[in-house]
Amino acid sequence: MDTSPPEPRLSALYQELILDHYRRPRNKGTLDGATHSVSLNNPLCGDEIDLQLQVEGGAIKAVRFVGRGCSISQASASMMTQLLKEKAVPQALALAERMSAMMQGDETAAGDKSLGDLRALAGVSKFPIRIKCALLPWNALTDAFKGQW
Amino acid sequence: MLDAARLRADFPLLERQEHGRRLVYLDNAATTQKPDAVLHAIADYYRTTNANVHRGAYSLAIRATEAYEAARAKLAGFVNAWTPEGVVFTRGTTEAINLVAGSYGRAHVGRGDTIVVTAMDHHSNLVPWQILCQEKGATLRMVEITEDGRIDLSDFGTALEGRPKIVAFPYVSNALGTVNPAAQLTRLAHAVGAVVVVDGAQATPHLKVDVRALDCDFYALSGHKMLAPMGSGALIAKPELLEAMPPYHGGGEMISRVFDDHSTYNKIPHKFEAGTPNVEGAVGLAAAIDYLGAIGLERVAEHEQALAQAAIDQLTQIDGVTVYGPRGHRAGVVSFTYGDIHPHDIATILDQDGVCIRAGHHCTQPLMRRLNVPATARASFYIYNDLDDVAALAGSLVKAGALFGYVPA
Repeated sequence: MDTSPPEPRLSALYQELILDHYRRPRNKGTLDGATHSVSLNNPLCGDEIDLQLQVEGGAIKAVRFVGRGCSISQASASMMTQLLKEKAVPQALALAERMSAMMQGDETAAGDKSLGDLRALAGVSKFPIRIKCALLPWNALTDAFKGQW
Repeated sequence: MLDAARLRADFPLLERQEHGRRLVYLDNAATTQKPDAVLHAIADYYRTTNANVHRGAYSLAIRATEAYEAARAKLAGFVNAWTPEGVVFTRGTTEAINLVAGSYGRAHVGRGDTIVVTAMDHHSNLVPWQILCQEKGATLRMVEITEDGRIDLSDFGTALEGRPKIVAFPYVSNALGTVNPAAQLTRLAHAVGAVVVVDGAQATPHLKVDVRALDCDFYALSGHKMLAPMGSGALIAKPELLEAMPPYHGGGEMISRVFDDHSTYNKIPHKFEAGTPNVEGAVGLAAAIDYLGAIGLERVAEHEQALAQAAIDQLTQIDGVTVYGPRGHRAGVVSFTYGDIHPHDIATILDQDGVCIRAGHHCTQPLMRRLNVPATARASFYIYNDLDDVAALAGSLVKAGALFGYVPA
């Protein structure tokens, strides 16, 4: 059997940090006192996320998620929840736009420290079919605030 | 086993490389590649024979009609249909089943009636029946599967006690590869007066099908899963059932006389073929049948079973890999998971080695829930695959394991 090292593009995609968030997701579970809840799935591949947020005075006080799916979608959700805490809603939505830009291959977004751990997902932009996985939790976020901000 | 390398030379797409690697195409349950014989038959049809069928009085149109009807007769022979008139060309299995649900089903199923399906049915043999049941106030009864992925015969028997009007099941499971005892299931269903609908999408390309021996009432198949073009397929039915059924789609070709406020309908099978049909699809399907016939479906089945067995043997040697489905009575479909590596991640990693597999729910969400997995990875084999392809699959899977920390890199 061929056990030569994986191709570089793959190791860029499946970084240690991503696998860590996949296997030890942060903020996973349901949220008591949620003010916003959104369920989204990707019918093509079956990835699912239920995102719950508690918003007070225009800021996200708490956020949790329940989900099933590939390492990319679940790591993205876990990283996103870490980043959103204490963010004002417009700030959170701006991050969603930065994330989307990074997925389109925007290198300035990929270098943007405000995206935190999520920068580890920059390699996904080279795998177009997987971009929707990385954006699933972010689409849930924007859906949660649709028409409100 | 077949001489896969020699057959592969007939398939221009298989000469391609992916990511600099030899293409290892293992998604044949989704669709197969097409041999030159089929591609040329389609091109030749358009270069020499094309005209609208069953309309023109000129020689060209007559030749086009003859080519179309010859394809029907060839398909009838291929599956041992009752008569060529009992072969309705459709876009594929999905449309064929929708035709049965929309025509036979709407005419014969009423409030309080029951329709039986199985937990391993493809959505195409489930959702049309859900829609019909909702419309008619009928009950849909889903037969359970056994732990090793076969239809639970005892639950099937219990379901039949409800005297269903229609019983539908797959001949071969697209997600597990299970070959169901279709003749036996049909006999049991007929004993309680049900009409039997067999989803033959995964059987027709891979084993010798004899619909008269099965004695089912309706049999649906897709051309694109058996070397023919996409958008080709058929409903094979007992002619007397088709005769009695109301039309499905209205339009040209399916009529006999059209008055201002009503019409009389054409005879079968034309009654169910409204509009200009997919003649290139039929011609391509006929060429595919010739190609498969020259090999022999018994040998195709043997070849795939040998590959599936080799795949099961090699994959189960990898720590953490689970293979789903029965060990015997199976076709060339191998569904598996690998530890906590999501099937989409597996598919992405294998793709970098040029290995094409399917990852997902395979349009069988009720089955995935019963297997207690959100998705599986699936390798499915055909005539042009060989043991090197199985080795490539296993080797690439070890790489996936390395990336996710299952085996040392």
